[in-house]
Amino acid sequence: MSMDSAEDIKKHVKVYLMVFAALMVLTVITVGVASLSLTIPLAIALALVIATVKGSLVASYFMHLVSEKSPIYWTLMLTAAFFAVLMFVPLLAMLDSIGR
Amino acid sequence: MEIPYTVDTRADTGLNNVKLGIWLFLASEVMLFGGLFSSYVLLRVGAEAGTWPQGAEILSIPLATFNTIVLIGSSVTMVMAWASLKLRDLFKYRLYMGTTVALALVFLIVKAFEYADKFSHHLYPSESTFLGIYFLITGLHGLHIVGGIIVNSYFLLPGVKMWHTAPERFTNRVEAAGLYWHFVDLVWIFLFPVLYLL
Repeated sequence: MSMDSAEDIKKHVKVYLMVFAALMVLTVITVGVASLSLTIPLAIALALVIATVKGSLVASYFMHLVSEKSPIYWTLMLTAAFFAVLMFVPLLAMLDSIGR
Repeated sequence: MEIPYTVDTRADTGLNNVKLGIWLFLASEVMLFGGLFSSYVLLRVGAEAGTWPQGAEILSIPLATFNTIVLIGSSVTMVMAWASLKLRDLFKYRLYMGTTVALALVFLIVKAFEYADKFSHHLYPSESTFLGIYFLITGLHGLHIVGGIIVNSYFLLPGVKMWHTAPERFTNRVEAAGLYWHFVDLVWIFLFPVLYLL
């Protein structure tokens, strides 16, 4: 992250505190949503959407991904592709009807 | 021999090796936890109807919510520790890094209480598939917390002497430790709803 001047860093510190506040609010919302009597698919979808937003905030601002260099993005895109394959395995297992 | 590119950026990547190295390590960590998340989904969708408990039936949501707040708080203090070094304020660095380590210890203590409560009710990993995967994933995450405490404590106490001889290199080290710590926080952000709330 290209932050050289003290002024720049002070501005970023303000952003960190705003992100912290947003993460706290989203944590409360996560627990609040879970206490509602929602159908299981809707509850799972909502919980994962909120977790993804929270994760994106952490990655973007605390891990500085909003202003990172391209080799890091390429590394993460490759990782995301392999991660997607891992998540695809349970789906393949569900669709597998051989021997049934 | 001097380790190259700990501060200077390489012409080919535009990054110093510290940054690229820690991100490659984190990529491997994504695959480690990804494999376990995939296993969780496979076990859950493969379980017979009515046999998979809701996390809230067995686990304590208030304790996990408290731990979520603690871990997110520690992520903020970690990034503030790094920002303090950028601002050349060693006192604030020590304050924020010390708080980060303290919050990590609080997380582990709460987790230990949670585990003890489960064991006192004879809820062991062998009791059910849910408890097996719960203890496996949270245990592995807990080991990552322990690793973070060791590294951050090193940078808080003996490792800080590098600040006086090579401040930029030390700042990059703390940034790398911070990236690891935020990743540990990020994993918990997904573990909390998946294991406790769904």
